[in-house]
Amino acid sequence: MDQKKIKLSIKNISHGYIVNDDVFQAASNISLDVYDNEFLVILGPGHCGKTVLLNIISGLEEAEVGQKEIDGQPFKGSDKRIGMVFQELALMPWKTVMANTEFGPQMAGMSKQQRRKIAQKYIDLVGLHGFEKSYPNKLSGGMKQRVGIARAYTNEPEILLMDEPFGQLDAQTRYAMEEEIQRIWQQEKRTIIFVTNNIEEAIYLGDRIVLLSKCPAQIKEIYDVNLPRPRDSVSPEFLGLRKQISDNTDLPL
Amino acid sequence: MNGKVKESGLGLDVEEFKRKKQKNAYMMTMLSVVGILSFLLLWQISVSMEWVNQKFLASPMQVLNLFLVKLTDASPDGNTLGMNVLASLQVSLTGFTLAVCIGVPLGLLMGWYRGFDSLIRPIFEVVRPIPPVSWIPLIIVWLGIGLQAKAFIVFFSAFVPCVINSYTGIRQTVPVLINVAKTCGASNFTIFWKIGIPSSMTMVFTGIKVALGNAWSTLVAAEMLAASAGLGYMILMGRQFARPDIIILGITVIGAIGMLFSSLLNIAESKVLGWKKV
Repeated sequence: MDQKKIKLSIKNISHGYIVNDDVFQAASNISLDVYDNEFLVILGPGHCGKTVLLNIISGLEEAEVGQKEIDGQPFKGSDKRIGMVFQELALMPWKTVMANTEFGPQMAGMSKQQRRKIAQKYIDLVGLHGFEKSYPNKLSGGMKQRVGIARAYTNEPEILLMDEPFGQLDAQTRYAMEEEIQRIWQQEKRTIIFVTNNIEEAIYLGDRIVLLSKCPAQIKEIYDVNLPRPRDSVSPEFLGLRKQISDNTDLPL
Repeated sequence: MNGKVKESGLGLDVEEFKRKKQKNAYMMTMLSVVGILSFLLLWQISVSMEWVNQKFLASPMQVLNLFLVKLTDASPDGNTLGMNVLASLQVSLTGFTLAVCIGVPLGLLMGWYRGFDSLIRPIFEVVRPIPPVSWIPLIIVWLGIGLQAKAFIVFFSAFVPCVINSYTGIRQTVPVLINVAKTCGASNFTIFWKIGIPSSMTMVFTGIKVALGNAWSTLVAAEMLAASAGLGYMILMGRQFARPDIIILGITVIGAIGMLFSSLLNIAESKVLGWKKV
């Protein structure tokens, strides 16, 4: 990140839903620039609209107000340049690891040989070599989410959105996967927007941390994390930043 | 798994553990066989000891004997057993196949496309609770008592579970999988085809199984009312000629064929839903 090039930028995003004849506001006037190849973490208390924000960026939902730009060009809806890793272990149980991974290029109409090659590259990258023919119910939680990551990469997006990808994993697997995602990102640089509600995870992974307020989501503060990688989660700097962010975090509802 | 047994300190070695499992499975099979045999034996004894009047109940041996005779002999109902089975199969398979071919796609489309649902559902909801046999008088007037008429009644009984289960199955598609496909740029129809339909398959098969049971039972009811051949007709004739052996033979053959179809369906299911077990 020598010259900070803005990859993605969202401007004045606001969004709400109608709940019981009332407008429930989920996001309020959020503007954010994300730099090229940056690991940006969006941190916020539970149910504060983090997922909504990601869904808006990915185009799964359309914001009521606001614009999105990639490389300075406005866009709407979903876009090939944006990939997503989901919160739940969103694998198709009737497809093998390979078939799950190659799903994106298959949808795009790529030839089998070509998409297999790309999928294989990322299956190897996430460390699942040898499991191509396994079905998801034979995999552990960590392995399933590795498939999710490989699948997102196989679309070869420029921006990767990750919505609490490790939220459903047990603590040990989660630590391992945090290291893994860092390794994968360093090997295959992409712009990553990673959503979490876990402060340690945020500091461990993020180049920058965007702290959201409680609902409706607003940007409360943006922290630059200038600690060298791999980060030591018990170093004084780490713990200091942790306390700083923790003190500034709203209590979840 | 076997490795774990060794490590877990249960004091069992792998081979012994396997043998124990096998022995258990063998025991269970034996118990089932013993159950059937003692039932047949009790039945045979109670008839031959004349605990029950032979006018009302035939013994297993008599039924078996009749089975062999009926393979070639057409009396007293006018058809050999094979002809009756064939007639019944023709009717039930026609109705059942039509029901699956129309009911499953209809249910899937209704479950996926809201507009289609709104269009079809009101009609379906009215037709749904009508007992299939209540169509019989009208059907006889329309179509007589031939294959078409009976197949139509069977169709109705099998159609409803096909629609309902397919509908429910595709409605239960996990939303996040739909989102996955959306972010991959799939169109709504592609998502229906690639995500919705595979997701619904478990329920679709449940529906088809229920449909098969319905088809088979409605068939007999239909044949008892209006037919000139078929297993239901054979049972009815057995009553008229006061031949309990014919009735029991008919019942047994119906049961056996039903069982055969169920296991065929189970095989098809494990082929399609193989990923569940692998």
